[in-house]
Amino acid sequence: MVEALLDTLGLTKTVELLSLQPPGWGGNLLRGLANSLQIAFGAFGFGLLIGLGGAYGKLYGGPILRDLLTIYTTVIRAVPELVLILILYYVGTDLINQAASAMGYGRVEISGVAAGIWVLGVVQGAYATEVLRGAIQAIPSGQLEAARAFGMPPLMTLRRVTIPAMMGFATPGLANLWLIATKDTALLAIVGFSELTLETRQAAASTRAYFTFFLAAGALYLIVTLFSGVIFGRIEKWARRGQPSLREGNG
Amino acid sequence: MTGWRALLLPHRLLLMALFAGFVIWCALSLRWDWLPDYLPLAVEGLWRTIWILAVTCILGFLLAIPLGLAQAVGPWYLAAPARAFCTIIRGTPLLLQIWLLYYGFGSLFPQFPWIRASELWPYLRQAWPYAVLALTLSYAGYEGEVMRGAFSSVNKGQLEAARAFGMPRRMIFRRVWLPQAIRNVLPTLGGETILQLKATPLVATITVIEIYAVSSRVRADTFIVYEPLLLLALVYMIIAGIIALIFGRIESRVPNRRQG
Repeated sequence: MVEALLDTLGLTKTVELLSLQPPGWGGNLLRGLANSLQIAFGAFGFGLLIGLGGAYGKLYGGPILRDLLTIYTTVIRAVPELVLILILYYVGTDLINQAASAMGYGRVEISGVAAGIWVLGVVQGAYATEVLRGAIQAIPSGQLEAARAFGMPPLMTLRRVTIPAMMGFATPGLANLWLIATKDTALLAIVGFSELTLETRQAAASTRAYFTFFLAAGALYLIVTLFSGVIFGRIEKWARRGQPSLREGNG
Repeated sequence: MTGWRALLLPHRLLLMALFAGFVIWCALSLRWDWLPDYLPLAVEGLWRTIWILAVTCILGFLLAIPLGLAQAVGPWYLAAPARAFCTIIRGTPLLLQIWLLYYGFGSLFPQFPWIRASELWPYLRQAWPYAVLALTLSYAGYEGEVMRGAFSSVNKGQLEAARAFGMPRRMIFRRVWLPQAIRNVLPTLGGETILQLKATPLVATITVIEIYAVSSRVRADTFIVYEPLLLLALVYMIIAGIIALIFGRIESRVPNRRQG
């Protein structure tokens, strides 16, 4: 019955092309999606670490550190991701190869996942710095002063006061960053890493069914986006628990 | 300590000296002998980048106004498609959209004889119409969302006052609603335009020769990696700076609430 329905809709060929078994390309697309998500997760996490360090440096660091961080965030935000990806990719491979030859090893092949995480993580870090800096500044200063007055060491203050208190302010910005991370993985297609977009293009080019595959990949990206929206909505609700809603506050 | 005097702090002078040293080192010890050969191509590419940026931003913004209006105050049968369009554009990578349009329609059109016979065919065979279309739709999708917020944030009293003066609806839109909406989102528009600039190199993947494609060609021809990329990054930073300056100038000219 399902086949008859597909036949009348003229979708039999589409289903064949997208099937998970080898004549179809669905398996390749899903593998590409898994690669994309892996890199997006890694880059987002790496970016958060850089961002937290960068935000602390910008808020509490010395003048030189602050100026350097300003240069970092300004340059990264003004230069296209594609150019940055190429520069960081070449710099990363050159540095690792020089280090390897200095230690007496031969040329090292760098895994695409590691390169992608490094490249996108550095880009994400610049945006995360700004998001987290704003969120930390939005914490009522009395809370941090109280923590200091109780004699909490800085790391404990970070873990117990700063991060929980800023989560509510940072979540919308971080949700945006996560979406940018998932979409930026597509750029790695240009340096030849087989994530979803490149897998899609290969499948499309070898079957000439461009619309089928690009629309299918678009649907996969859209599912990730919509699903992330739901998750981040939950996180924000959780992070803002106990805080008065902004909407009610404004009347 | 604002403005130019802040640049004269000792650590800033030190940083500037270091930076100047880096620039001089770049100029002296890196290879720039390829530059004269590729300069005409680079200028052409730069011109094409700016042209694509300007055209897609203007067209995209014109498309974003109805999209935002439909979402802010439109009936559901206009609001729902507009929202779906914005969600789809914002939820999928631009690279995928560009490839969908170029490879998808590029492989579809030749199958129809009447399209091949039409006067548009010489244009449809080239890459740039697809590039312009994809970037325009992308900008419209992001801006539609911005304009939705802008239209609904305009003070209701202003619109009521305009209506009380007996202005027709079109005039209210043209003289009161739209100017105030745009004024409210000018800073966002500046940022989005810089994001659009950063999206232009993607069209190099469908054989549009803009400035990024020129640098790729230098890399492929001469195997020089860093020099073209550094120069390219500098060019993009300069364009981004100019865009920021232009929007800053516009913002300072537009009267805001505090000045009355």
